[in-house]
Amino acid sequence: MPEKTVSTAARPAKAGGKGGVNPLKQWSVPIFFLVLSIAGIIAAGLDINFLIHEITARFGRNMLLVLSLLIPVMAGLGLNFGIVIGAMAGQAALIIVTHYGMEGLAGFLLAAIISVPFAMLFGYLSGRILNQAKGREMVTSMIMGFFANGLYQLVFLVLVGTVIPMKNTVLMLSSGVGLRNTVDLIGLAGSLDRALDRLWNGFVMGELGNIPIGPWRIPLFTLVVIVGFCLLLSFITRTKLGQEMRAVGQDMNIAQVAGINVDRTRMIAIIMSTVLAAWGQLIFLQNIGTLNTYNSHEQVGMFSIAALLVGGASTRRATIWNAVVGVLLFHTLFVVSPLAGQRLMGIPQVGEYFRSFLAYGVIAVALALHAWQTKSENQ
Amino acid sequence: MAATKEKPEQRVVGFFVAAYEQLGLPRLIITLFVLLLFVLAFIMKMDLTILIGDSLVRIGMNGVLALSMLPTIACGVGLNFGLPVGVIAGLVGAVMSMNWNLQGFAGFFVAIGIALPVAMVAGYIYALILERVQGQEMMVGTYVGFSIVSAMCMFWLLAPIKNPAMIFAIGGQGLRYTITLDKTFAKVLNNFLAFDVLGVTIPTGLLLFFALLCVLMSLFFRSRAGLAMRTVGSNPMFAKSSGMNVRYMKMWGVILSTVLAAVGIIVFSQSYGFVQLYTAPLYAAFPAVASVLIGGATLKRATVGNAIIGVVLFHTLLTIALPVTQTALRGADISEVARMIVSNGMILYALTRAERR
Repeated sequence: MPEKTVSTAARPAKAGGKGGVNPLKQWSVPIFFLVLSIAGIIAAGLDINFLIHEITARFGRNMLLVLSLLIPVMAGLGLNFGIVIGAMAGQAALIIVTHYGMEGLAGFLLAAIISVPFAMLFGYLSGRILNQAKGREMVTSMIMGFFANGLYQLVFLVLVGTVIPMKNTVLMLSSGVGLRNTVDLIGLAGSLDRALDRLWNGFVMGELGNIPIGPWRIPLFTLVVIVGFCLLLSFITRTKLGQEMRAVGQDMNIAQVAGINVDRTRMIAIIMSTVLAAWGQLIFLQNIGTLNTYNSHEQVGMFSIAALLVGGASTRRATIWNAVVGVLLFHTLFVVSPLAGQRLMGIPQVGEYFRSFLAYGVIAVALALHAWQTKSENQ
Repeated sequence: MAATKEKPEQRVVGFFVAAYEQLGLPRLIITLFVLLLFVLAFIMKMDLTILIGDSLVRIGMNGVLALSMLPTIACGVGLNFGLPVGVIAGLVGAVMSMNWNLQGFAGFFVAIGIALPVAMVAGYIYALILERVQGQEMMVGTYVGFSIVSAMCMFWLLAPIKNPAMIFAIGGQGLRYTITLDKTFAKVLNNFLAFDVLGVTIPTGLLLFFALLCVLMSLFFRSRAGLAMRTVGSNPMFAKSSGMNVRYMKMWGVILSTVLAAVGIIVFSQSYGFVQLYTAPLYAAFPAVASVLIGGATLKRATVGNAIIGVVLFHTLLTIALPVTQTALRGADISEVARMIVSNGMILYALTRAERR
């Protein structure tokens, strides 16, 4: 059976297979979304300064969550929809810190520390489950996210105040059982974004010639932290552990024969991903400033995965650059599409539905293409 | 009599061991939980007739959706998480029928009549996609379903329907989020030949319709085509070597499932009394998937009996959990939480337990 090309880019004459990757083919998905974004910007008649302001904020907010997806992809586990569980660990830590009234960067760091044991435990349990579901890790991790969401609600809606002794009139419902829908993180809001305010508050506003620049606000320290994590991730891939993960991701059986403990390696990958997701959710929430107790985590997995895929990643190959490009493009579309919907159709909801269609559609197409590719490679 | 002193205990233990082996741990827990809820309801002197009546309605209205899982499992595609594809087709039929103001059974059957061809075409396309992604059908199906639902959100908003009872009161365009069926075909099945027994209202038509489809389904599985489908699912190599068209059978499995889902949502809507559009069908697949799994199906094997037992257990649990726990816990509503934990826990159990490919 002839090999099928699945890329939308033109197929070069000798694109026979696994040899060199054609850059146009590799970046065809981001290019498509770049064109879509530009069309959207033009259709919406958007102010570029507003867009840059929004995108910088969203970049800082979402980047670490997307980065947390990279390690499981490397270890062959596919896209880890279970980062939702990591996000829950982050939120649990945040609720504890808020309950004890900790504030500022110290409070944020404390939350980051508290979230680690939670995330490691959840990651360990997820890893055990995923090791029992080899070959369908993605669907299992997705269902695991939904399942964990049920347990999360059980804990914070029913058990807090009944089984778990907690008294806090601000955080809890008036009945004394369960947490309120929203938790105000006023003491923690912006604690990481503005940690370097004494050096420079990251506020850009001025003029270049006649062109107004700004107002933008750059979340300086968050960006520093993200760059740090990028370096850390690319360091991990070079260590022995990283190489083992790659080997497991390539072929579990061969890795096993080569003496790598496959289950343990996969477990470590999931634990790392879960911890990073917990921290990612902390960064996300300190930027937003309020915690929607029962909703903030729900969409995290889907949006992060969609962003990574828009950046040109597949379920078997994802790089830091895919993450960077993906977050920028996906969130540009996210900002633009309701406005474009408003301008083109006169109904803003059209754009909003288009946006969620885009997120779901990107994932569907990417998964389908990947499954198709593996199938034709096998034949 | 003295000699049997040890025996009752043994017998009890033996009974539980046998039950455990027959049912499996999750099913046992769910069954016990349902019984516990009934005992609680009895102790608190709640009106059992209402609880049972409501449960019957819920079983009937969700039954067809659960049945729609069977063809895809039988033909080896696995759990059909792309059920929204069929649900959307059913909703299109219902909306068209309402737009023409057809009442009673006419409205109901016209809705089904329109939904069937739509579902067949949509199912065919969906089957073409699934055929290409063998091994990842569940994941791709989930997201194909999600995409269709959100794409249709835009359609509902822009649909050229001018019936004032169906569109937003302000703006003159876009179908409402929920549209009442009171003036058209609400509860036509439920009220057909309905009667009271000991205070319990039996939704005869609804249950009969579900029973009819169950019978048709099991007849189908015993027919030539049904047997071929099951062979393709359980042993594709054997099926191929004995001259069956594997690809063809799988496509028919997916199309049949989609068609049943379309009928299922129309049955659901007439019983519910409203048609729910926009994002409402997003998670339509999950209760259906959970039902058949609770009934004892695996990723590779499912019978009509599994679907019936599963729907009865799962939807009885959901129906009585809300009033009972609300009375027991003075206001705290754990039914939603219970639904999430039970249904997703059950799916998770099946995913980790199933035989390797």
